[in-house]
This record gives sequence, C-alpha cells and structure tokens, in this order.
Amino acid sequence: MEILVCVKRVPDTAENEIELNAEGNDIERDDLVYSVNEWDNYAVEEAIQMVDKHGGSVTVVTVGDEESEEVLRREMAMGAEKGILLSDDAFEGSDGKGVAAILKAAVEKGSYDLIMTGAQADEGYAQVGGMLAAMLDYPYASLVNSIEVGDGKLKVGREVEGGNIEMNEIELPCVLSIQTGINEPRYVGIRGIRKVASVEIPAMGASDLGIDAGSVGEDAAKVRRIDYFVPEMGEGAEMLEGSTDEIIDKLIELLKSKGGIK
Amino acid sequence: MAQIFAYILHSNGELDDSALELLAAAKKIDPDVDVTAIVTGSGIDDVCKKAAESFKTVWKIDSDALSYPNAEVVRKALLNMLPSDCFVLLPQDTFGMDLGPGLSVKMDSAFVGDVVDIEGVEGNTLKTIRQEFSGQVSTHVHCDVSAGAVINVRPGVFQPAEGQAGEVVDKSGEIGDVSAKRKFIEIQEAEVGEVDITKSEVLVSVGRGIEDEENLEMVFELAEAMGADVSCSRPIVDAKWLEKSRQVGTSGMTVKPKVYMALGISGSFQHMGGVKGNPFIVAINKNPKAPIFQVADVGVEADILEFVPELTEKIKEL
Ligand SMILES: Cc1cc2nc3c(=O)[nH]c(=O)nc-3n(C[C@H](O)[C@H](O)[C@H](O)COP(=O)(O)OP(=O)(O)OC[C@H]3O[C@@H](n4cnc5c(N)ncnc54)[C@H](O)[C@@H]3O)c2cc1C
Ligand SMILES: Cc1cc2nc3c(=O)[nH]c(=O)nc-3n(C[C@H](O)[C@H](O)[C@H](O)COP(=O)(O)OP(=O)(O)OC[C@H]3O[C@@H](n4cnc5c(N)ncnc54)[C@H](O)[C@@H]3O)c2cc1C
Repeated sequence: MEILVCVKRVPDTAENEIELNAEGNDIERDDLVYSVNEWDNYAVEEAIQMVDKHGGSVTVVTVGDEESEEVLRREMAMGAEKGILLSDDAFEGSDGKGVAAILKAAVEKGSYDLIMTGAQADEGYAQVGGMLAAMLDYPYASLVNSIEVGDGKLKVGREVEGGNIEMNEIELPCVLSIQTGINEPRYVGIRGIRKVASVEIPAMGASDLGIDAGSVGEDAAKVRRIDYFVPEMGEGAEMLEGSTDEIIDKLIELLKSKGGIK
Repeated sequence: MAQIFAYILHSNGELDDSALELLAAAKKIDPDVDVTAIVTGSGIDDVCKKAAESFKTVWKIDSDALSYPNAEVVRKALLNMLPSDCFVLLPQDTFGMDLGPGLSVKMDSAFVGDVVDIEGVEGNTLKTIRQEFSGQVSTHVHCDVSAGAVINVRPGVFQPAEGQAGEVVDKSGEIGDVSAKRKFIEIQEAEVGEVDITKSEVLVSVGRGIEDEENLEMVFELAEAMGADVSCSRPIVDAKWLEKSRQVGTSGMTVKPKVYMALGISGSFQHMGGVKGNPFIVAINKNPKAPIFQVADVGVEADILEFVPELTEKIKEL
C-alpha cells in the first residue's frame, strides 16, 4: 500500500504561551518552539504500522517554507521513507482550499492508495482532509480511530460523540483524517533524526506541480485572517492570591462550603 | 441576500441542541432572513414538525438511504437540491467536520470552520470571529461569500434563538443519485469502565499539565483525601494512562458534578462540552491566560506538581 501523509509545522502550544506582537496583527513568533501538528504524528505512526503489516511505503508531504523541512525529517526519522516539500512564494497566504489544491496536485504526481491527514491542526478549522478528498473525488472519512485493511477497501472506525465508534467501509483510494489516540506514536530521539539528516528531500513549486499560481496563494484566498486579538474577557475566575499556605486555606474553605470535601 | 440553510441533527425524534444555535448564527448573518431547516433521515415526520415550530421552512428529505447520516451520502443529496451561492450552516461536531469542508468544495463556495461569533455581512464579506491555539487568542476572519459559504459553528456558543413557526416542504423526491463509496455499518457503543464518573458529585480532573504517568499518583491521593473520583482530559486517555471511561468531553463522558476541579487542563470547548449542570469549577494552571480561567469560578495560578501534594497534605490534616 502506497500511503501519503500530509503534515503541518505548527507552534507547540504545550511549550509556549501564545502572545500578541506589538502591532497586534500576529502572534509573537520569535521565541516559538515549532513541532509537528499533534494529530499528524498519529497519522504517520498509523501509516508506518500499516506498511509494516501489508507492505508498501509511506511518503510525508507538507506545504510550507524551508523551515518546514524539519518536520518532514522528524517524520522520516519515525519511519516514513520519502519526504516532499511543497514550497513557493506563490503559495503564501493560501487559505484551506489553497493548501488542499496544492496537496491535490502533489497527490496527482504520485500514485497513492491512501491519503491521510490529521483531524485538525493549530488553527482548528479541520478542513484540509475533507477538501482534498472532494477535490480528488475520493471518498472521505474524518476522525478515524481504527483502520482494518481489506481487499480494495478499508474498514474504518470514526470516533463520534460520547466516545462511540461509527464503523464504515470505504473504498480505496480514499482520504482519511486521523484522530488522536488511534495508536501510540513512537518516540524519535536525536539519533533517529541524525540518521535521516542527509536524506535528500525534493522541493516542488507551482510550476513543478503544474499549478496556476493565480489559483492558490493570497489572491485566490476567499478566507482571510484580518488580525489577532485578545477578546474582552468576562469576569472569569476569582483568582486566589497570597502565599501558597494562604491560597490553600482559602481553597479548602471554598471546597468545604461547596461540598467538594467529604 | 442569499438563502440560508441550517442542517438539523436529530436523534430519537428530538432536535439536537445545535438546531436553535444555528438559527441564532443565521440571524447574525442576516436578521431578516427566513432560515430553511434541512432534516434528513427515514421516518422523520415528527422531527420535521418539531423543526417547523422554529423554522419558517423545513425541508423534509426522507429516504431509507439517509436513515443514518453518512456525510458522503448526505452531501450528494444536498448537492442535488441546494441552490448555488447559498449559505449552509452546520455544527462543528463530528458530523459537521465530516461534511462541511467537502461540501464547500463541491458547491464552489467558501468554508469557515469552528466559528465562535458572527459580526455580520458587508457587501460580499462575511465577518466572523474564531479562536486559535486552543483558545489562547482570537481572530477576525473575513470571508468572501459572493459564491455562498459553508459555515461550521462551534456548539454551545450561540444562545439558542427563538424562531417562528413555519411549514414542512417535502423534498424527498429530489434526492437523486446518492450512491457513495463509503458505507455505514454500525455504531459500537463506548465501553463502560470501572468507575462511573457520570454519577460522581466531586471530580478531580487531570490534564496534560500532569506531564508524566507517574505523577498521576498525586492526583489519586488528592481525590481520595477529598472523597472525589478522578476524571481526565483526552490527552491522558490518548497516552493510555487512564481508561477512556474517565475522559470528560464531547468524545467522552458528560458529567454533572457539584464540584469540578481541573488540574493542568487548558479548557478546550471539546473538554468543557462534557461538563454540565453548572458545577463549582476550580482551575489550577500555571498559565494565567489559560482559557479554563474564563469558565472557572475560582482559579489558582500554580504548578500542579508542587501545589497538589501540599493541598493533599492540608486536607488530610483536617
Ligand atoms: C504566512 C501565513 C499566511 C496565511 N494566510 C492565510 C489566509 O490568508 N487565509 C487563511 O484562511 N489561512 C491562512 N493561513 C493558514 C493556512 O492556510 C492554513 O495552514 C490552512 O488554512 C490549513 O488550516 P488548518 O491549520 O486549520 O488545518 P486543518 O484543516 O485543521 O488541518 C488538518 C490537517 O490538514 C493537513 N494540513 C494542514 N495544513 C497543511 C500544510 N500546510 N501542509 C500539509 N498538510 C497540511 C494536516 O494533515 C493537518 O493535520 C496562513 C498561514 C500562514 C503561515
Ligand atoms: C473531535 C474532537 C473531539 C475531542 N474530544 C475531547 C474530549 O472529549 N475531551 C477532551 O478533553 N478533549 C477532547 N478533544 C481534544 C481537545 O481539543 C484538546 O486538545 C484537549 O482537551 C486538551 O487537553 P488538555 O487541556 O489536558 O491539554 P492542553 O490543551 O495541552 O493543556 C494543558 C494545560 O496544562 C497547563 N500546564 C502545563 N503544565 C502545568 C503544570 N505543571 N502545572 C499547572 N498547569 C500546567 C498548561 O498551561 C495548559 O493550559 C477533542 C478534539 C477533537 C478534534
């Protein structure tokens, strides 16, 4: 099975406090630590496990700039065989559809049985997988948390409300968006990264992909982020202040009065 | 002004909470618009009647092929009957996430996912508000709606609107070809675990801030001292540190405790969506800007790894 996994480089929110820059038009990006979108690690792990069992190979692809190469290398250290960087000035400012259109062109340059994305990324749209599938006219299932390989088709579980699993049969080729928890992504150490440090990662631009530059990027984007802001907060929580001992005493009083300590 | 459609989810003959929230969102796009509700399924007369208590027009799309809302099948049916350039509103839940992005591609309209507020339409521009980075910052997002749009609305943020009664229009004859390459097989119910957190009165809930599996012990000690049960956020279950039956949230359990103590939980809408019944919420988090402090009653800015053992000691001394 030939599997393509789409991955995105995102700021690591577990590592960073997100703050606005002085102009208020973007977040402060200087000190941000970047990593692979959490969901995408699960997708890559799943792809590797499927290939281990059924043969084939895993390719990882990202739309980004040169710095995005590091996330491809990280996923290759996990076990993906090939990486492809899709990068071009013309891609900048693409909205979700722009990103999906660029990925579609890359899919058509190869021959894949299965395309995987994460269920969502840092911006929380949860859009690229479904758009890519519709553009390719492939069937799609989102929020997948189990995959069983059959003959020309897959049996996939979608995690729906309440933790229930919706079982589906889906024909190949298809696009799946992967939900966290489907597996336990393997750990990648410095050594693993070093091993793939010199592997060639081809970069492809608009002309390599046969994309009309006007159909992607900022000018084609129907959806635009105007600015970042911190909304006027409601009252919010009453913050307990003082020394740790004082805070604990206050907290215990409150918990007692609300029935929180039995 | 373009037509606005709201897709109505329903189960056991009842409208989903999202139905009237979508109506509220539609009114923010255009206060004067008559919103059309779309109800799909098989044997849906009663649900359609209920929808017609609040929506001016209800499209009944009744077919055995739609007895389960498989997004791939629903999309085909909708494409066979929706006018071009319209607005389609969906909830950002597991169905809306499945349907919305692909539908917008096929309709050649714009898509905005997980919208938390709508400021209105000016010319061909729809002005929405979204959040990024798990709610740490908000953004104004503008969208060109000259060819319509699919808007996925975050559940629970729009106050349910009061609608006006209307009528049911049977569109079942227009379904057309709905063959799809994805087939629904069955729903497998979530497993029941050793503790039933849906019945707990006091919950000590732990999130990714606990950092390490070994640190969970201090959370259980605190819970024991308080006489509480332990629940958690999704990353703790994903890491297989606790069983799924302890997960609070839209893809986990819905809990209704009196007191909910959130330790190292950021407060995502999928997590808080499982906390009902207006409990007294205590949040302990080292990031003063964590969104959980917006919904909590009482907050403590602290490192839980240091704070929790001290709190446990003091409670034991009582
Ligand atoms: C400088 C800059 C300018 C931007 N300008 C705009 C703009 O004007 N309008 C706008 O709407 N957005 C803009 N964006 C955001 C960008 O278009 C988003 O990456 C895109 O919309 C995907 O959205 P998402 O993060 O919500 O992905 P989701 O759809 O939530 O992600 C789901 C999955 O899709 C795949 N995926 C997502 N992005 C990529 C990628 N880049 N490469 C490979 N796979 C991917 C991953 O598998 C991911 O798990 C800009 C971003 C940057 C950095
Ligand atoms: C379809 C779908 C369904 C989902 N369903 C659910 C669901 O049912 N339940 C659920 O919980 N999530 C669900 N999620 C995931 C959800 O979006 C969030 O990713 C998740 O809730 C985050 O969990 P968290 O708050 O523990 O982790 P994070 O968001 O990483 O937050 C960790 C917090 O801990 C704080 N922290 C870190 N270290 C410390 C320390 N030492 N002391 C104190 N504080 C510390 C940080 O400041 C941060 O606020 C779902 C997502 C999707 C896409």
